[in-house]
Amino acid sequence: MLKFALGRLLQAIPVLLVVISMTFMLVHSAPGGPFSADKAVPAEVLAALEAQYNLDQPLWRQYVSYLGDVLKGDLGPSFKYPGRSVNELIASGLPTTAELGLYAMLVAVFIGVLAGVTASMRPNTLQDYVPMSAAMIGICMPSFLLGPLLVLIFGIHLEWLPVSGWGQIPGDKILPAITLGTGYAAYIARLSRGGMLEVLSQDYIRTARAKGLPEFVIIGKHALRGGLVPVVAFLGPAFAGLLGGSFVVETIFQIPGLGRFYVQAAFNRDYTMILGSTVFFATLIILFNLLSDMLAIWLNPKLRQQVRGDAE
Amino acid sequence: MSTEAGTPSIEKGSSLWRDAWIKLCKNHVALAGLGLLIFLCVVSLLTPWIAPYGYEQQDLLLGATPPSMQHWLGTDVFGRDMLTRIMWGGRVSLTVGFIATAVALAIGVVWGAVAGYIGGRVDMVMMRLVDILYALPFMIFIILLMVVFGRSMLLLFFAIGAVEWLTMARIVRGQVMSLRKQEFVEAAHSLGLPQWTIIRRHIIPNTLGPVIVYTTLTIPSVMLLEAFLSFLGLGIQPPQSSWGLLINYGVETMEEYPWLLIFPGIALSLTLFALNFLGDGLRDALDPRTAKD
Repeated sequence: MLKFALGRLLQAIPVLLVVISMTFMLVHSAPGGPFSADKAVPAEVLAALEAQYNLDQPLWRQYVSYLGDVLKGDLGPSFKYPGRSVNELIASGLPTTAELGLYAMLVAVFIGVLAGVTASMRPNTLQDYVPMSAAMIGICMPSFLLGPLLVLIFGIHLEWLPVSGWGQIPGDKILPAITLGTGYAAYIARLSRGGMLEVLSQDYIRTARAKGLPEFVIIGKHALRGGLVPVVAFLGPAFAGLLGGSFVVETIFQIPGLGRFYVQAAFNRDYTMILGSTVFFATLIILFNLLSDMLAIWLNPKLRQQVRGDAE
Repeated sequence: MSTEAGTPSIEKGSSLWRDAWIKLCKNHVALAGLGLLIFLCVVSLLTPWIAPYGYEQQDLLLGATPPSMQHWLGTDVFGRDMLTRIMWGGRVSLTVGFIATAVALAIGVVWGAVAGYIGGRVDMVMMRLVDILYALPFMIFIILLMVVFGRSMLLLFFAIGAVEWLTMARIVRGQVMSLRKQEFVEAAHSLGLPQWTIIRRHIIPNTLGPVIVYTTLTIPSVMLLEAFLSFLGLGIQPPQSSWGLLINYGVETMEEYPWLLIFPGIALSLTLFALNFLGDGLRDALDPRTAKD
């Protein structure tokens, strides 16, 4: 297991290098420098600015020095917020986004697994069709539509919940978490239904039934572990999607998180911020993919043997 | 998918498609999806002639009005007819959906087929590359591309297409690899058929099923991606319009004029519904693993 994890971490290094290089090239091939967009700046001021950000040096030297900085964990200064570094901006947005993502994930896993397992217990009956139709609606209703609709219903018409903000009014975290979590709940419902159906048809479940175990124990103790493997494998990619989803949800609910910073940076052409966040996001995504793969292996004895076989 | 099923009557291989069609016809939801989709495509094609009002036709005195006899889906703050705007927006959304998927299809099929057919070291290198690309944060990359190179529609096609081809490549490769070892392909080889004939007559028709299914499921995710970008203001730019952009405008004024949000939302969701149900139905009809039950 350790060998597998180490191997995967080693593989992540070239991937990260590709990400950094591609992003760096993209950002630096952008037409117009970062300071040319605004007002006309006097030539000497421009030169001073460029010297301050190392822009007067040849591209390869900038690249090498950027790589060195990234290795040290320094993502450079922000172009648009003078005096603030990209590290500071990320650090100020990360806790909010992490909290939002955590709540959304809880919503997704709880509702999704509940719906999927319920549906799998009586396939092709009403108990299957109702949650699965709801899941289909969840998949076809993008967050940027669901969020405003929820705001319209629960925030504006019923006045039950605040319409925006984060951590200022009690209850203002509910709508964003539901908005972000619903789509994933739908996918998780479909995955857990499929996984459970496969497991429930296996011999050891029939044995458990023959022993007269109560249905609750059969599902909860014997079937869930195997049935949820596809869900666990989905959590890694879902995390990447959650980051993307937070762009929209944070914009709709005006939450000061990483996603909103990134979209703002994209609009402001804050290149160092874009570059730094991309590197940061890529690292996070690779780590979470690794974690979710390891969890899936730990849950699934067949995969565990395979990994052991490879390692020996 | 098995052409070696024994009875001589299926020699032409057409019966698989007829079977699939019969199966699809039994799936009413999928058929309804197909019908809705055809309807939307026809409406989109004919929009310049059948739209009730001009695309840029404003009526500032009228302003935003709820649905009425003159304007079935109401008007926006500039007095523009919403039905007309949704029809024009649908043209763009559907075009992005189909063209970006076509780009993904072209790259993915060629990549996967070459990797699967040649095999060996070439396959390893090609698939390793796919693995690496899988690990990249693509949503972020598309945003980056749109920011750096300006927000043109052509770029949008390629940016989205360049993201979505990976799964297609994997599916095609798997299919081609397993086909290459089948007896009927070996038989064709031993009969001395040229390489290209084998690919054209045996490999391509047999990979078509999964490719069609996955293509149908790629279109909605591509349309969603476009709407997502347009919603953030990084996709389609005015004066052009798409459903994502209309939803974006709708959100700004949803308190006073909720229909400006709800109707484009319904249009987008219904289309995604239709495509997903059709894709699921096609999978049930064409997937060789479920074909026997």
